[in-house]
Amino acid sequence: MQRPDTNSPAPSCRVSAASGALLATLSGPWLITSPAPAPDASPAALLRALEATPRPARLAFESSGVTGWDSSLLSALRAVLAKAAATGVQADLSGLPEGVAALLDLAAKVPERKGAARHSVSEPFLERVGGLALSVRDGFEGLTEFLGDVTLACLNLARGRAVFQRSELLSLIKQSGLDALPIVSLISLLVGLILAFVGAIQLRQFGAQIYVSTIVGIAMVRVMGAIMTGIIMAGRTGAAFAAELGTMQVNEEIDALRTFGFSPTEFLVLPRMLALVLMMPLLCVYADLMGVLGGFIVGVVMLDINPMQYLTTTWQSVPLVNFWIGLTHSTVFGVLIALAGCYRGMRCGRSALAVGQATTSAVVTSIMSIIIATAVLTVLCEILGF
Amino acid sequence: MQADAGTTEPRIQVSNLTVAYGDFVIMRDLNFTVKQGDIFIIMGGSGCGKSTLLRVLVGLKEPAQGTVTYRQGSLWDVDDEKRSAILRRTGVLFQSGALFSSMTLAENISLPLQQYTSLPAKDIRELASLKLALVGLSGFEDFYPSEISGGMCKRAGLARAMALDPDILFFDEPSAGLDPVSAHLLDELILELRDSLKATFVVVTHELASIFDIGSNSVYLDVETRTMTASGNPTTLLETTTDPLLRRFLTRGKE
Repeated sequence: MQRPDTNSPAPSCRVSAASGALLATLSGPWLITSPAPAPDASPAALLRALEATPRPARLAFESSGVTGWDSSLLSALRAVLAKAAATGVQADLSGLPEGVAALLDLAAKVPERKGAARHSVSEPFLERVGGLALSVRDGFEGLTEFLGDVTLACLNLARGRAVFQRSELLSLIKQSGLDALPIVSLISLLVGLILAFVGAIQLRQFGAQIYVSTIVGIAMVRVMGAIMTGIIMAGRTGAAFAAELGTMQVNEEIDALRTFGFSPTEFLVLPRMLALVLMMPLLCVYADLMGVLGGFIVGVVMLDINPMQYLTTTWQSVPLVNFWIGLTHSTVFGVLIALAGCYRGMRCGRSALAVGQATTSAVVTSIMSIIIATAVLTVLCEILGF
Repeated sequence: MQADAGTTEPRIQVSNLTVAYGDFVIMRDLNFTVKQGDIFIIMGGSGCGKSTLLRVLVGLKEPAQGTVTYRQGSLWDVDDEKRSAILRRTGVLFQSGALFSSMTLAENISLPLQQYTSLPAKDIRELASLKLALVGLSGFEDFYPSEISGGMCKRAGLARAMALDPDILFFDEPSAGLDPVSAHLLDELILELRDSLKATFVVVTHELASIFDIGSNSVYLDVETRTMTASGNPTTLLETTTDPLLRRFLTRGKE
């Protein structure tokens, strides 16, 4: 945008009154880029003159001094004419530059639609609480409906009647499994390193460095491997599901599927869920291994533990039940991430903004449900005595 | 190029239909019949609910009241399975084409064929090629929707809508976003398909040229009163109607 040049001349609007009639003399450049007119020669002064008592009978314009005009003149005049109409002053537009009167007529041609303008009304507190409660109920209803659809689709799958493309399932498995390996490797390795470091600082004081392997082993295998893959997959694959399905919604592709008699839940949600449920446990096992490797590096390089001894300790000190607990976590996370991503995607509105919101809330929902599920599972394991 | 009136067998009967989003009524009291061989135009100004009506007719949105009856039964009074069987005899061309972006054009057309026929893959592929050839897209079998123009997407969408040789084809704003020549060619294609496939067409549009060129019957939805204010052959409507709003619409606001 061009900045107003302070050296350029300002537009002016001088008001003179003669025998009950106002004459507004416009001059100078009435452009958006011009500086503001002086206070005594501005449209505001004209507005005040229109309200003066005794009320002027007529308003006329003189514009031979106008060197240029654009919407800024129109906008100023529109306010003046509205005021003139409100105060009952007859306005004579013949003295305005050619085209201005026509444009003003055009803007006034279609009257403002009643009730179309939005007013921000401050709702009473109770009404807001009620509205919130209703929207929570609607959201809950939508979610139950979605979960019901998914359950039916799973039943159909069990009966071998579910309709989806096997080739799509394969490509989803590749996308959510194989393609995620590099980032899962990096993050799990680093988490293993960090755990080992933090543990080592404490354990070295007692000469109990060897227990680094136990800490890293149990932490990674029991829960950290699953949580880290869960969070990576929520950001990576859950978001992709939401964005993909949301865009299909915008593009009417989901409607098209329905008109062919396909159930979008079977056709789109089911393969995504299957892919994640199959891949999450595998990724989790892989993350466990990478985490233990991270600990191994710290143990061997920094703490001078014998490599064989490190591995044997890990093997002996991590009960197998931890491994199964980790796998359970990751399977549950897989279901949750796929559900969150697909749910947000399927309920996406029909705009680019809505796709963004769907993606954001898919990631937030998955990460939240991962943490909540971990808490629930941990309590369950405690009760069951694992 | 005035279309014939068609035979008298009714294909879709709409009676007392009211469509609403929650408490907000989009349209009420719609009554009309689409007959075999018709090119039936649903016309009206922007925002009058044409496309929403189409969504009700093709089973995507449940009406608040009234019935939509196909030859095989009432669309909204039967169970999902029956409804899906009725709708399998219809094809829909969406405004943007709505091709599945992860599949090639041939795969798009093959999808319903794979599901509802037991043909071998080679035959399905040949059928897909044939449908593409019918809409003038021979040789584009292995292109993805993102690699072709908007007009081509629309024609490919038409090929997909015809995949199962439907009795009734629905079009949502077929000429929107097309240049005048392509829009005209699409109209010609519709007429040709009507004559050769003996199919029935329901077209949502506000394109006057199309309305008069291809329409054999029509309803006019009025945005102010939220109901249909006229029905009949568009050309006859133009000659006979006294409704000022419809006259304005049919003459591009010149009268």
